[in-house]
Amino acid sequence: MKILLITEQHDAKWNKVSFETLAAAQQIASEAKGSLSGVVIGQGVAALADELAAYQLDEVVLIENALLEKYTPDGYSIALKQVIEQAKPDLVLLPHTYQVRDFAPKLAASMGKGMIGDCVGYRYEGGKLIFVRQMFQGRTAADVIFQGDAPWIASFQAGAFRADLAGKKSDGKATVKSVSVELKPEAIRTKPLELFREAKQAVDLTQAPILVSVGRGIKAPENIPLAEKLAKAMGGELSASRPICDEGWLPMDRQIGSSGQTVSPKLYLALGISGAIQHVVGMKGSRTIVAINKDQNAPIFEIADYGVVGDLFEIVPALTEEVEKSKSS
Amino acid sequence: MNIVVCVKQVPAKDAPLAIDPSGTWIRETDISFETNEPDTFALEEALRLKEKHGGEVVAISMGPERVKQTIKEALAKGADRGIHVTDDKFHALDPLASARSLAAAIKKEKFDLILTGLQSDDHGFGQTGVLLAELLGLPHATIIMSIEAQGDHLRLKRELEAGWFQWVELPLPAVLTIQSGINKPRYATLKGIMAAKKKEIAAVTRESLGVPAPLTQRVERIYVPHKTKKTEFITGTPKEIAAKLVEKLRHEARVL
Repeated sequence: MKILLITEQHDAKWNKVSFETLAAAQQIASEAKGSLSGVVIGQGVAALADELAAYQLDEVVLIENALLEKYTPDGYSIALKQVIEQAKPDLVLLPHTYQVRDFAPKLAASMGKGMIGDCVGYRYEGGKLIFVRQMFQGRTAADVIFQGDAPWIASFQAGAFRADLAGKKSDGKATVKSVSVELKPEAIRTKPLELFREAKQAVDLTQAPILVSVGRGIKAPENIPLAEKLAKAMGGELSASRPICDEGWLPMDRQIGSSGQTVSPKLYLALGISGAIQHVVGMKGSRTIVAINKDQNAPIFEIADYGVVGDLFEIVPALTEEVEKSKSS
Repeated sequence: MNIVVCVKQVPAKDAPLAIDPSGTWIRETDISFETNEPDTFALEEALRLKEKHGGEVVAISMGPERVKQTIKEALAKGADRGIHVTDDKFHALDPLASARSLAAAIKKEKFDLILTGLQSDDHGFGQTGVLLAELLGLPHATIIMSIEAQGDHLRLKRELEAGWFQWVELPLPAVLTIQSGINKPRYATLKGIMAAKKKEIAAVTRESLGVPAPLTQRVERIYVPHKTKKTEFITGTPKEIAAKLVEKLRHEARVL
């Protein structure tokens, strides 16, 4: 099996999820006795290709073009299609980032192929590669297989594999092959303009040792102080899942998840949070996770160390009282 | 500005899910369905653009008979017409086959813009918008947080990861996928519900669109995910739970 890994960088800085997918690609290559090439795409990114070449792979493909300096879905799709048609891989792997979501389905469709996106794992059984992804907001998992001819295109969710397990070569480096692509300015229809951050990050939740996080289960903005009191009693910060910030009940800088902050506190309390993938990727590295939810089937319980199935409006005040009592004793 | 907005019907958020005998989908009997929440933001954005710039909003949905309810809701909120691509086995299609069918139906319309939600709460592929753009030969942008129409092009605010945003411009016609939270979706008014009764829903079978649908992927089985952690469930009265939990957090996990 010939595997092509497509890495991601912005302004010549890695998107680190690339190395998680590298770890996955190495593992598949070793199980399926295949070869692995890594692609670095952009402009002025030769140093990154050189860095990638120190890892365990057979070859690094460097695609540089002035029109690829800033990401556009047109530029990336046209360039990568040429590379894939030339390299003829069986499997193309990508990290499931916002950028990959923006271009990879298009790239696949431009070759008449499909993409299995946002996978959380895979199994290699009897020569067959099975991808595992989540459905129904994480309430069920699904085994998915490709149909039809290669190339098959798949992406792995952030956090699905460990970047620190990506193996380096014991000595030497893989060869870096420069591949030129044909790209015309008029083929790029979107014009990328400036990048910016909205709100000043008033709170840095990544530094908080304890987070008390609220989700839809909190029901109304007037109930937020309930969680705030608990956070205060515990000496932690208040955070939330996306819908709460969308509603404006808490500011955006309190948001945990793929579009917010990624945290790993020593204690994470999830109050009325169902545990949708987008939230879980932002907090599953927490040392101890407590989930309080009325739905015993909520996916949040899959990653919780301690679970309480019940009414948070009864349990949270009791918990606040108990924490205050234990602190004064 | 004529806008086509794609809306999907999915199992209600709190619907108890049971896996059907095929092992590849859920049992649809006895559960309620609702409009996919991310699509409600796309619909609202379409209605606001229409109110500002004029034109027509067409709501399109694919699926079995029950999907009509989702189209009716869109009409009650202010969409002008509906298109129902009927297919009882819609759930078994892959993203590319779904998008090909929708593209074939949308192609017959005169439109300037296609809007979709970010992803669906059932399959969660998050590919339909991007695929429609490729299949219809249009530019696209995803995860949009604001739309400004400026003549023959759009100025858009895209959400990136970790709190970053980017302005992008693209020419019309185009496809956008809308980020949840971009607006506050309206409720249907009684007047809207009454008016919707007179609005047209054109039904077209998926087969009649003549789209070849060789699947590129197939779900072999769905199942309740394996737990990666052993969860200790704490029970009792709220007071007992609080006491046990604090005890465990202090002395067992040592995090408090």
